[in-house]
Amino acid sequence: MLRPLLRLLPDLRPYRGAYTAVLVLTAVATVISLIIPVFVGWAIDGPIAHGDYAGLWLPVAAVTAIGLLEAAALLTRRMLAAPVSSRLEIAWRRRLYAHLQRMAVARHDSWESGQLLSRAVQDLSQLRRFVSFGAPFLLVTPLNIVVGLIILAVYSPVIALITLLCAVPTVVICTWLQRRFQLISRAVQDQNGELTTLVEESVQGIRIIKAFGRGETITARYAAQARRLWSTELERARLDAWLNIALILLPFLAIGVSLGYGTWQIVHGTMTPGALVAAITVMMFLRMPIEMLGFLLSDAYRSATAAIRHWEVVDTPIDITDPASPSSLPATDAPARVEFRDVRFRFPDAAADTLAGFSLVLEPGTTTALVGATGTGKTAVAALLPRLHDVTAGAVLLDGTDVRDLPLETLRRHVAVAFDEPILFSASVRENVALGSPEAGDDEVWAALEIAQAAAFVRELPEGLDTLIGEQGLSLSGGQRQRLSLARAILGRPRVLVLDDPLSAVDVTTEERVQERLRERLRQSTALVIAHRPSTAALADRVAVLEGGRIVDCAPHAELLRRSPAYRSLMGARELRQGDDAVSAGSTP
Amino acid sequence: MRMGTAPPEGAPAQLSQPARRLLGDLIRPHRARLALVAAVTVSTSVLAAGIPLFVAMALDTGLPRAADGDPGPLVGATAGFLAVAVLVSLGTFLGIRLNAALVQRMMFALRTRLFRHVQRLSIGYHERSTSGRLVSRQASDMESVQQFMAGALIQSVMALVTMVAIAVMLVWLDPLLALVVFAGFVPLTFLTIWANRRQRAAYRATRTTIARVIVHVVETMGGIRAVQAFRREQRGLERLDEEDAAYCQANTEALQGMAWYTGGTRLIGNLSLAVIVLLGGWLVIGGDTEVGVLAAFLLSLRRFYAPLDELVQAFNAYQSAAAALEKIAEVLSARPDVPEPVSPAGGTGDQADAAPEDQTGNVPEDRPGSAGRGEGDEASPRGESRGESLRGEVRFEDVSFRYSASGAEVLPAFSLHVPAGQTVAMVGATGAGKSTLAKLLCRFYDPAEGRITLDGTDLRDLPDRVLRRRIVMVTQESYLFSGSVADNIRIGNPDAGMAEVVRAAQAVGLHDFVESLPQGYETDVKRRGGRLSSGQRQLVAFARVFLADPDVIVLDEATASLDIPGERLVQAALERVLAGRTALIIAHRLSTVAIADRVLVMKRGRIVEDGTPAELVGAGGEFASLDAAWRETLV
Ligand SMILES: Nc1ncnc2c1ncn2[C@@H]1O[C@H](COP(=O)(O)OP(=O)(O)OP(=O)(O)O)[C@@H](O)[C@H]1O
Ligand SMILES: Nc1ncnc2c1ncn2[C@@H]1O[C@H](COP(=O)(O)OP(=O)(O)OP(=O)(O)O)[C@@H](O)[C@H]1O
Ligand SMILES: [Mg+2]
Ligand SMILES: [Mg+2]
Repeated sequence: MLRPLLRLLPDLRPYRGAYTAVLVLTAVATVISLIIPVFVGWAIDGPIAHGDYAGLWLPVAAVTAIGLLEAAALLTRRMLAAPVSSRLEIAWRRRLYAHLQRMAVARHDSWESGQLLSRAVQDLSQLRRFVSFGAPFLLVTPLNIVVGLIILAVYSPVIALITLLCAVPTVVICTWLQRRFQLISRAVQDQNGELTTLVEESVQGIRIIKAFGRGETITARYAAQARRLWSTELERARLDAWLNIALILLPFLAIGVSLGYGTWQIVHGTMTPGALVAAITVMMFLRMPIEMLGFLLSDAYRSATAAIRHWEVVDTPIDITDPASPSSLPATDAPARVEFRDVRFRFPDAAADTLAGFSLVLEPGTTTALVGATGTGKTAVAALLPRLHDVTAGAVLLDGTDVRDLPLETLRRHVAVAFDEPILFSASVRENVALGSPEAGDDEVWAALEIAQAAAFVRELPEGLDTLIGEQGLSLSGGQRQRLSLARAILGRPRVLVLDDPLSAVDVTTEERVQERLRERLRQSTALVIAHRPSTAALADRVAVLEGGRIVDCAPHAELLRRSPAYRSLMGARELRQGDDAVSAGSTP
Repeated sequence: MRMGTAPPEGAPAQLSQPARRLLGDLIRPHRARLALVAAVTVSTSVLAAGIPLFVAMALDTGLPRAADGDPGPLVGATAGFLAVAVLVSLGTFLGIRLNAALVQRMMFALRTRLFRHVQRLSIGYHERSTSGRLVSRQASDMESVQQFMAGALIQSVMALVTMVAIAVMLVWLDPLLALVVFAGFVPLTFLTIWANRRQRAAYRATRTTIARVIVHVVETMGGIRAVQAFRREQRGLERLDEEDAAYCQANTEALQGMAWYTGGTRLIGNLSLAVIVLLGGWLVIGGDTEVGVLAAFLLSLRRFYAPLDELVQAFNAYQSAAAALEKIAEVLSARPDVPEPVSPAGGTGDQADAAPEDQTGNVPEDRPGSAGRGEGDEASPRGESRGESLRGEVRFEDVSFRYSASGAEVLPAFSLHVPAGQTVAMVGATGAGKSTLAKLLCRFYDPAEGRITLDGTDLRDLPDRVLRRRIVMVTQESYLFSGSVADNIRIGNPDAGMAEVVRAAQAVGLHDFVESLPQGYETDVKRRGGRLSSGQRQLVAFARVFLADPDVIVLDEATASLDIPGERLVQAALERVLAGRTALIIAHRLSTVAIADRVLVMKRGRIVEDGTPAELVGAGGEFASLDAAWRETLV
């Protein structure tokens, strides 16, 4: 249980000084509060017992001084802990975030969104609290107890022994509960994550939920989930209660026994009343740290779970990394030559290869269309180029260099992708279009928008390029989103351009206009255009047909149409006649 | 009962009105439970506060008497002490469990209430606020509230009671000394007022800044493909640093404010201790009070100020929770722009709008044929019942619409009548307003002017659940929830059995693929359906329609990502479903027009052409040229 927490220790290094001070001050403040009764006892036994008015000043001055010191220690401790713990929290979040950003898409997808979020927020604030409060006290409490015992021993070794004996069952009970606490903490935190997933999806999928009127269904699902969390939390409270009963009862027992023993001693004249009062007072003081131990332990279990969950994400290997000894590409803007050489690709948890024996060469400056039925692996091919996925076997070569030998940054600068589903961010139009080349000037952005036939509507937006488009661009129409995503890909003249079904959401007229402009642009890059429609396929110099994980045919569109029945059916060659029938049938009622 | 929620020492409760009302709402239904928790807690605290009395008794009475050879009082005091100790620990045990039961109940109520409310809020609201913000309300703010309720609520009740009990005892022991102790409250009150004011602002800032962090994290993780492909990692990290720096700042400030408050209270406590030793010693020496009393006093004093620490903690949690509650209350107070009707129209002949208040809502209504669908394609019983009374007549009457009051008019005033059972195709340039019209029909928004009716009833008069059952839409963006394929299809009808799900999948040509998945229909599609190709996602979204049993179907570019053979298959299936239903089909591929009775051409928000496909082709207008252009693209 300790290891995940201990692994966080190196992160404290920059704050060594301050954090050590926090620990010391915590110790000082708690020890001080144990010393105060000593002086009180002294006052009672000394000046008060002897009726010495003047002698009273000394203990009072001591109590005042120590009291001031304690308050100052407390203030300083918190003042120091506040920035340290807050900075640690954001440093941990940074690490988590940075790691997630680099994690390969395939792995990334298998994390539920809420699990990520609850790790990035809830778990880390738990750890922050632990650093600033739980951990110092957990460290100081034993010290506290030891000092208390020493003071006790001075007054009466037997009372100290009685108190010590009570520690034995306490330790036994804590150990016994530990395993169960861990399990339950894990369950609580995981269920919190699941709940967050539901929350996030219910908000992001609100249109679908409304479109089918499933608000109540999903609320019921959420309620069921929340109810599970509820009962898990109750289970945790049950453990908490048992822990507390032990931690409260045992010190009381010690005090009761000591009280009996002490008075008996006083009767026999072997102990002074002042000493007993002081001893009992020390024990009452000791009660607090011991009682707090219950809270601290359960907090520690939660924190350990939070740490475990943190490391789970951070320890996920990054499969797609920069090469150890990167090759470099000649500094040129010219279109690159791309070769897929006998590529085999399988998704991590898929049963079969998506691509097998996939070979395709894209000559510099040419445009190749990739066609294939739904789910044949076109998007997978597209993702191999910028290394969103890595090939399972074979290689993808850029100007003869394996893409895995290139620094990711370089590779991805040379290769731009327009995804099948446009991914927009809640930012300005400019920021969205210039996502890959933030240094691009307005004229470049406009030029890209012109080609994508998006300039006209952007100009009509209230603040032009600076208009903020809503989350995921949902304040735009489907076609508008897609054209922004297209403009983004062509901006900055990448040497290789991958367009995944780039015009599926635009109408025929616009499509024609885009294609006219795009054709010029495509000549400046090596392009791979994934297509479902003959109109898009016709854009290309050649069409490659993907089937069964490999290219089964590759030729110009017209030629394929002429000689390949499979291609004709894929392109819906019968459609014209059918469409004709329908329209003419409609015209002759 | 309310003392646990009030800041200590009568600090002005400036908790904003809605937040306070929300807290009241949460607590009210559980008053009895709260009373029980409070009773247990109070008696435990009172008992615990009384413990020093036994010490005093043992020392003052037991000791001298035992010296005189009578151990009775001493034994009695010790036994009493032990008995009380047992009671205190039992009380604590019970208190923790009862409190957890209460708090979890309230949290559950708050969670589900907020969730349900967010679900009811209109699309317009959701568009104005990013999802991350709504998520942070339901995750991080909720956590703050829970932190407070779980720990601080009981803690502060206990602390306050302890203080009161000890105060009473102090007065009883020695009124003069007690007065000195109480004098400490004057500076304490000022300190609390100061802290309350300062901390409220500080915690508000933490809530706002963490929400911004969450928004950023959510967006990055959702768009990870674009982030990686366009090398946004560095920028994303910088942005996180910015947002987090603001959060860190706010947090540090809040915590440091707490530091001053804690230090201040401790100082006051310690100083009064010193004064008591001085004064008490004086009194004992002067013979005005006994050593035992002073000892008990000093013991109690420490117990008296210890709860102050707890109160300070609770105060801290309270401030944080209050800021969170404010944010939550803000969401809860948002009224949907498309409100539920006050007096729902009942007379539209819908069989199931009898109990609109029935919140569960997912009771399976008798859906004629929803079980038998697809078994007998032509002569399904549903087809017949539909034939008798066709429903789903849609009218737009002088409807105009704009997305925001200041924005441009997206749809200038227009009227449209779609008779029941008609299949209408809508075409037009991108951005023309097709989706907008469709969303109006689904009442995602209400028109600025005019009205939209379904079978003569204004949509605004239809209860949401009736409306949503009668009109369903496949939206342009297909969103999949993480979970199984089957569950995703079941969005169409949560009560559908496996056989129906399979039939729906078969109808859209998805079945073979799903069967090939490792766990078939139970395979997890992963976050946002990332395990599927875009075409497959669209098919899943489409299959939902085959499970629903609406009067009106709206399809917004529902086949745009499919390959052509796939699209054909879907269309064939669609024709069967559409029999007897009204349909509005938006498509860029005119292939869809083949199954339409009527075509609308939309241009810049206006319907410029309207007629059967053949008529429009003959008329040689916009549609005719679209048609020609489309034909050219065919092979
Ligand atoms: N993360 C994943 N894990 C496992 N299998 C996956 C994953 N992503 C996709 N697949 C499967 O791999 C196959 C290829 O997917 P891909 O997205 O490349 O298809 P596609 O050719 O682009 O199809 P579409 O035309 O529908 O976009 C599909 O059958 C899909 O179900
Ligand atoms: N939520 C919104 N807030 C503000 N403006 C919007 C919103 N949704 C759409 N618009 C704007 O309204 C206009 C019409 O959009 P709509 O989505 O209806 O177009 P569409 O005809 O469906 O186009 P497409 O074929 O590209 O999907 C567009 O200019 C768009 O930018
Ligand atoms: Mg694809
Ligand atoms: Mg649209």
